[in-house]
Amino acid sequence: MTKPKIAVIALVLLALLLPLALPWIKTPLILGTAFGIAALGISILIVSGQISFGHALFVCGSGYAVAFAARQWPDLDSVLLLALGAGVGALLGVVVGSFVVRYRGIFFGMLNLALSMVLFAALGKFFTLTGGTDGLRLERSPFFGLTMARDQYESVLLVTCVVLALLLGWLVQRYLRSVAGQALAALKSNETRLEYVGISAYQTLWIGYIMSAALCGLSGAMFAIAQGLVTPEMGYWVRSGEIVFVAILGGVGHPVGAFIGAGIFEFVKLFAAAYLTGAWQMVLGFVLIGMVFLAPRGVSALLEPRSSLPIDNEQERP
Amino acid sequence: MSTPLLQTTDLQLAFGAVVVADHINFSLARGERLAVIGQNGAGKTTFINICTGLIRPQGGSVHFDGEDVTRLSPRVIASRGMVRSFQLPQLFSEHTVRDCVRLAAAGKSGRLGLWTPLAQAVSKDAVDSVLEMVGLAARGDALSAALPEGQRKLLDIAMALVLEPKLLILDEPTSGVSTDEKHGLMATIMRALDAQKVTAIFVEHDVDIVSQYATRVAAWIAGRIAADGTPEQVLADLEVRKNVIGE
Repeated sequence: MTKPKIAVIALVLLALLLPLALPWIKTPLILGTAFGIAALGISILIVSGQISFGHALFVCGSGYAVAFAARQWPDLDSVLLLALGAGVGALLGVVVGSFVVRYRGIFFGMLNLALSMVLFAALGKFFTLTGGTDGLRLERSPFFGLTMARDQYESVLLVTCVVLALLLGWLVQRYLRSVAGQALAALKSNETRLEYVGISAYQTLWIGYIMSAALCGLSGAMFAIAQGLVTPEMGYWVRSGEIVFVAILGGVGHPVGAFIGAGIFEFVKLFAAAYLTGAWQMVLGFVLIGMVFLAPRGVSALLEPRSSLPIDNEQERP
Repeated sequence: MSTPLLQTTDLQLAFGAVVVADHINFSLARGERLAVIGQNGAGKTTFINICTGLIRPQGGSVHFDGEDVTRLSPRVIASRGMVRSFQLPQLFSEHTVRDCVRLAAAGKSGRLGLWTPLAQAVSKDAVDSVLEMVGLAARGDALSAALPEGQRKLLDIAMALVLEPKLLILDEPTSGVSTDEKHGLMATIMRALDAQKVTAIFVEHDVDIVSQYATRVAAWIAGRIAADGTPEQVLADLEVRKNVIGE
């Protein structure tokens, strides 16, 4: 069995067994998994050589869509809310992606950021509709048709999130090996040639963008129903940065990287917040610096056989 | 004879005061092997860039296979059968040799499948035969960035050949290749072109190579075609000898 596969199994066991010993850890695990799914979306874009500093837009937009739906129809099943989140994310991705994918590099990243901040500001201003900066509360909706108490609800949600993470990780891996996925990777190394062999760079990146938006949308739905609250903060640019951080920390070579990154991120946040109150970002900073020097391709790259391809900032050592 | 495969009418383009295409009227019949010669800056690559859609001309038109392709993108023109290789090999540097050719083969169908893995989405035979043709069959699993320059050129050409073009335009296929290897490289390319019966244009500086492999030569001087004919005629032309070959 390959090392990434062992990592997948270890993560799944950890996520499902840890709450038996530490019941309070369910919520951080759900949020971590949700973060991982958003990072999985970002990792698709990183494969194409692009980084978005605004994907919290899709997390937040879908989160609010889910909140509106749950408030309007309190009996709506959580499964449908999750599907709604992914759908709204994809739809937003179709619209935003249609013009954002014309840009590359810093323009791509900043345009995404700008759009996410427009949503952030709008959510804060239209308080009659959105509850302003306080956000919106949503009641616990039924899950698989059953009304549950909080503890039971969280257990079911955790298992659902883990199953979804497994399924989506596999689907993303499958996509990245397909023609569209390989074209996405080729976009990074030679866009001109891609066009000259008859493949549309625009279409290639648009498809990847919609997928990443859908994953971030699903993640937003998970955040919304796990916390019972959506706020404009979900769309703040720092959140977008955190998703990118998690994706880079974990590495994009294998889908498991996004979840390893999310695990480390949640762990650092929990423990640094407990023991170094107010300085957890500093701890994250040191983690990132350590990563740049020790594992520039992310943690998951350490699990794979060393590639012969040198990357830009990693010179071949004598 | 039917319509020419490639025909340009009154092509004009200037970068500021520098005229790079000076009313170029040119036509190419099926089956020809045209060598384009000329000094650096004479407008050879610009002519290729206009024909393949990378640059739009300020005036005039390009017809390919009887259809106007002047305002079409490189992608659409490539899908119609006019394909080029590059002076500096344009490869997917993070892919293996075989995956580079597979991606090109996938481009031929134009469909971006999300499910079937790349390796199964394209015809294995088509990929293998092109790799065989250019002599890279043994290097299929090597990373394209790791190949020596001569093989990078061949891979670049293989990525064009797998598209099964009607017209292949080779921009300086032997530049950056040592003198010893030039003839071997050209022989390999020509064998591959013969195998697919492809009409070809190649930009070339080496007079030996031109006279050996071309059926027709066009000499570019300052954005216009100064001489056009058989290799013997053009290479004997006084203006060409003075301005292009440098005698």
